[in-house]
Amino acid sequence: MDSMTIVMDKGVNRTLHRLDAGSVTITEPNGKHSVAVGLNAPLQVSIEGHCGYYAAGMNQLADVVINGNAGVGVAENMMSGSVRVNGNASQSAGATAHGGLLVITGDAAARCGISMKGVDIVVGGSIGHMSAFMAQAGRLVVRGDAGEALGDSIYEARLYVRGKVASLGADCIAKDMRDEHHAELRSLLAKAGYDDDPADYTRYGSARQLYHFHAGNEY
Amino acid sequence: MRESATFDRNTIQAIQRAAATGVYDIRGWGAKRALPHFDDLLFLGASMSRYPLEGYREACGTDVVLGGRNASYPLYLDIPVTIAGMSFGALSAQAKEALGRGASDVGTSTTTGDGGMTPEERGQSKHLVYQYLPSRYGMNPDDLRRADAIEIVLGQGAKPGGGGMLLGQKISKRVAEMRTLPQGIDQRSASRHPDWTGPDDLTIKIQELREITDWEKPIYVKVGASRTYYDVKLAVHAGADVVVVDGMQGGTAATQEVFIENVGIPTLAALPQAVQALQELGVHRQGAKGVQLIVSGGIRTGADVAKALALGADAVAIGTAALIALGDNDPRYAADYEALGSAAGFYDDFQDGRDPAGITTQDPVLAARLDPVEGGRRLANYLRVLTMEAQTIARACGKSHVTHLEPEDLVAVTIEAAAMARVPLAGTDWIPGSTR
Repeated sequence: MDSMTIVMDKGVNRTLHRLDAGSVTITEPNGKHSVAVGLNAPLQVSIEGHCGYYAAGMNQLADVVINGNAGVGVAENMMSGSVRVNGNASQSAGATAHGGLLVITGDAAARCGISMKGVDIVVGGSIGHMSAFMAQAGRLVVRGDAGEALGDSIYEARLYVRGKVASLGADCIAKDMRDEHHAELRSLLAKAGYDDDPADYTRYGSARQLYHFHAGNEY
Repeated sequence: MRESATFDRNTIQAIQRAAATGVYDIRGWGAKRALPHFDDLLFLGASMSRYPLEGYREACGTDVVLGGRNASYPLYLDIPVTIAGMSFGALSAQAKEALGRGASDVGTSTTTGDGGMTPEERGQSKHLVYQYLPSRYGMNPDDLRRADAIEIVLGQGAKPGGGGMLLGQKISKRVAEMRTLPQGIDQRSASRHPDWTGPDDLTIKIQELREITDWEKPIYVKVGASRTYYDVKLAVHAGADVVVVDGMQGGTAATQEVFIENVGIPTLAALPQAVQALQELGVHRQGAKGVQLIVSGGIRTGADVAKALALGADAVAIGTAALIALGDNDPRYAADYEALGSAAGFYDDFQDGRDPAGITTQDPVLAARLDPVEGGRRLANYLRVLTMEAQTIARACGKSHVTHLEPEDLVAVTIEAAAMARVPLAGTDWIPGSTR
């Protein structure tokens, strides 16, 4: 199968699950939920329009492009491959994702990268409050601003923000940008199609003061 | 000397411990306080107006089908007693394997836990329920597809609304890797799901999980017993095939004592609420197309199983009792328990990873004490006894299947239990709250 075009309707995901390669264009998503979820093959999938919740959820291996806005939980729990949203994303973009690359060219709402476990996320615009909450691993790059409580209860994820941060969450601190961070950030931006100067960014991460519970460190 | 009822020795000890350490007490097990429970109910058995079945000879079915409402592959279990979710991390890999072996031996299911699915557990479990938790530790679509059912966990009876914790001493290299966390840190399990809030979102989340797994797997929703009537209704509206209600006597690997003993409601109080919700929605005991109810929290005997089924559960789940069957609190480790400041029959420090029985630990030396084959054999024996006991009672009540037991077979011996279970106080026709 080289390429096919299908209208988003019941059964589309089953159809996609049976493919092991090729290109698919999904038309008329019309805000439907669970578009192109559970993909597990190196497919090239293009979604022409706006998606509801969980578009490209749990993606493995496939490269998915959404030419529109994405609802809650786009690319949630992605394992590998890539998801690109040429538009804005709602809450919990890339939630709990273990791997792959999520690019959002517009803004992402609250809880972007919540509980992320290894994914790389690049947001062209700004992100909402409580983003990277309990973020365990991976990298989150924000070309715009970040809302309140960025990185609350963060573990080992690395956050790079170019604009203003409204406030940092519990145990999240600004950190030095060393050479390896400049290189890492430059590479992430390039993968997403941007060539910003890493020197314009600030790195944030865990102060690691919540790693062992004891009296006095409870927020 | 007269001991104070208000400041009894446990209370005094708790105050002294708090004053000495400045940290609240964290422990395993479940609620230890006395609560209205299945012990407060009795079966009436057969009489002039009821015709019993013959002892162990006449057939009394025990099989149950779970999750046929939407899934193309529902679970067909031989007995209505399942193994509750307990994580690898909280438990050793040997213990998880033993649970799988024991459950499979008698044709029932076991359940993963917070931390993902291990090959040992999958390999030895004929029917494996994969928990989908707020933390999503170890969550991946391959395991989702490998599972026989999916259980979306909203809460746990020991700590509704509490999330979870696994202290650093149990975060071994393997546990850390499975959870994508640094080794040795105290690990927090989130109390809220990261990508949905509220029942409307849950509907969409369930739809996503069905789409990912091609509508093959039954989807359970598990709640800690609190606002049970409403939670069950909302779970069914959201699309659950099976609802799991875990009462406050349900176990935990590590929770604050104050939480265990003071949050949630007893299993006995929750079960009739759940049944009422299912009945009002027209999905209770409707065969494969209905929504099945699994109840857990303090199930110990076949009588408990029978009483839960009589009150309307389709199956029960056991956790603490299963660990005891594997060898937890075994007197043969009396000296080890004493060295830890505890005793066989009292040990509840599941959080600290030094379990002499090798069950709630990641210490390889201690874990090696549990032989998964022998543990599985013991668990299978115990499950068989539970089943035979429940059958014995069902036959005495004239039932050819254990799920034919009904509230009319029960009376209560306390007013509290009568009110909660909604069965008459023994010797009367009084159901407090329902009849005058």
